Amino acid sequence: MSEARPLPASLATARAVAVPILPLRLRGVGLRLGGAVILDGVDLDLGAGGCTMVMGPNGAGKSQLLKLLHGLTAPSAGTIDWNGHAPQAVRARQALVFQKPVLLRRSVAANVDFVLRARGLDRSRVSALLDHVGLAHKAAQPARHLSGGEAQRLALARALATDPEILFLDEPTASLDPASVQAIERIVARAREGGTRVIFVTHDIGQARRLADDVVFLHRGRVAEHGPARDFFRQPRTEAARRFLDGQLVV
Amino acid sequence: MQNIAEAFSLAFALVLSGDADLFEIVALSLQVSLTATLLSCLIGLPLGALVAIARFPGRGAVLVVMNALMGLPPVVVGLLVYLHLSRSGPLGFLGLLYTPTAMIIAQTILIAPIVAALSRQVLEDLHGEYAEQFRSFCLTRRQIVRALLWDGRYSLLTVGLAGFGRAVAEVGAVMIVGGNIDHLTRVMTTAIALETSRGELALALALGIVLLVIALGVNAGVQALRMSAVRQAYV
Amino acid sequence: MKHTLSGLALALGLAGGAWAQDQSILVQSTTSTANSGLYDYLLPIFTAETGITVNVVAVGTGQAIKNAENCDGDVLLVHAKPAEEKFVAAGFGTIRTDLMYNDFVVVGPAADPAGVAGMTDVEAALDKIAKSGAPFASRGDDSGTHKKEVSLWNAAGIDPKTGSGDWYRETGSGMGATLNAGIGMGAYVLTDRATWISFGNKQDYTVQVQGDEDLFNQYGVIPVNPAKCPSVKAEAAQTFADWLVSGAGQAAIAGFAIDGQQLFFPNAPKM
Repeated sequence: MSEARPLPASLATARAVAVPILPLRLRGVGLRLGGAVILDGVDLDLGAGGCTMVMGPNGAGKSQLLKLLHGLTAPSAGTIDWNGHAPQAVRARQALVFQKPVLLRRSVAANVDFVLRARGLDRSRVSALLDHVGLAHKAAQPARHLSGGEAQRLALARALATDPEILFLDEPTASLDPASVQAIERIVARAREGGTRVIFVTHDIGQARRLADDVVFLHRGRVAEHGPARDFFRQPRTEAARRFLDGQLVV
Repeated sequence: MQNIAEAFSLAFALVLSGDADLFEIVALSLQVSLTATLLSCLIGLPLGALVAIARFPGRGAVLVVMNALMGLPPVVVGLLVYLHLSRSGPLGFLGLLYTPTAMIIAQTILIAPIVAALSRQVLEDLHGEYAEQFRSFCLTRRQIVRALLWDGRYSLLTVGLAGFGRAVAEVGAVMIVGGNIDHLTRVMTTAIALETSRGELALALALGIVLLVIALGVNAGVQALRMSAVRQAYV
Repeated sequence: MKHTLSGLALALGLAGGAWAQDQSILVQSTTSTANSGLYDYLLPIFTAETGITVNVVAVGTGQAIKNAENCDGDVLLVHAKPAEEKFVAAGFGTIRTDLMYNDFVVVGPAADPAGVAGMTDVEAALDKIAKSGAPFASRGDDSGTHKKEVSLWNAAGIDPKTGSGDWYRETGSGMGATLNAGIGMGAYVLTDRATWISFGNKQDYTVQVQGDEDLFNQYGVIPVNPAKCPSVKAEAAQTFADWLVSGAGQAAIAGFAIDGQQLFFPNAPKM
């Protein structure tokens, strides 16, 4: 089941109509973990709409950047400003799909229901959400029996259940088979079309080409390059980005 | 050795004869210890879950105390409960001394720390896996506790079993607060103690065998439940 | 959650049913009377006559008195006359009545290392045991039997405490546990005859010293004083005490026998 059905309109309209939390503005953001410098002096501006792909060699701090933006960790220096809000304050309006999906020890449907119930949302949407990610036929099965690709799609359904304004994805397709990758990309693309702001960490250059509106290239804890996808892939401005796209810069 | 062989045949004979007194004692043992286990879970599981997820100053000391309380001597618990429930004690007006309720109270005090300390360990491990995802979901502490208790339910069954095992096997506390009154507060362990003091060693041992078989039955039931959960990947 | 709570209520409710009897009293008594099976024989007769259920907590005399002083009982039935009289004098009991007696015996292994078998002078026998250094197991628990034993040592002019941990072994346990321990270590034991006759783990032990008047063991019955303990069921307690010392009760006590041997001898004063 790799076909992503369109998200019914009713699912997308429940969105909060509060003051938008974009644009996002980072100034001088640094992060140290146990003495190691992970991020250092990150400046970044992200506007409303679209899909931002965050790329960079291993250890560049991509995952940590997502956690900072989502308010799961606090920066050691600098400011993160979601249109006047601190990250922790707007976490409920965002969702994060982890690289390794953390599924509850319950059925597939109960995993989605859990989030709806915890957040006081309409619990009748479970089947629509599962249908949307192509898992309706597995609703009653134990979530932990799903394949890697199915598990990640369930994580996506759970993330979409809260109608997030921002959808973070942290290498969600790493080590998945091509069909699963395609299915997940399709779901993400639909979310983006529905107006969800997507911020997507990936290692996969092909995936970035397929999905990106703009690209943030991280290198050694800093934003080495940030620009429209077309420009980045055609003519990267930095030596590091060029070598990364050539497959020479891995770490 | 003769006693042991005699005890086994006596145990069989007792069970097969359908001895009414034996069944009464077994039923009371189960009733008291299962109720105490249930109460201990109601108290100990949320407590264990809270300590598992909370970070606060003095947490290390709380953990030490919780773990130390697992070793509470039953006789000491029995004495404390006796002093409170005695007619001349602060709760004497309740008239609970020498009743199954008093025995339930004593055993609950005895095993609630065990349930709390062991569930804390189980749930802390589980929370290590879930914590970041739960924070992303913006769950309240109450929601986290409930989710951990539910998802850890099959592992927590083992914790409950540990508590039940301790309760059903202890004699010191129920002897003091129950009084080992025939047809009223006599349970397996106090009956065993009584037969030992009567010098009826084979009968005492036979009762011990029956108790062991009951404990085996309860454990096997829980194990079967757990196995089905493992097959569903719910553990 | 609802399920758990109703399940709990059910469990507690069931637990509650068992003792929800109005006409029942609690007797604080000694292991010697309970272990011998006297109550199993006596109480059904009393209940059949009066409809009153009697529950018995069997502990050492010291603990039984302490429990009764805490108002955790309606009747005290023990065997330590001086302590009982103190109990009444302090106002905890209404009146003490002699009820019955049995006697103490010294049991020992067939080998009889102190050579006391057949003696009828208990003080002389204790003296022999102490001098021979043969082990002697004492209750050491402030029970009626223990108090009796201490008074016998005193009468013999021996302080066994000097051999404590050596030949004089204080178990700190009930009669049965002390017999088990004593038999296990080949020690002499002072026990009441009732417990001994019904004891199931005698091995090669026999009664070796008996018949001394100093070995008589007087039991008394005392209703707990409602003035001191308002919670006691004074009327039912008095009914029980009255019945025990009545002709019917005394006859019932005399009728209790194991292996054809009478264990307790009624001696309540004639009304």
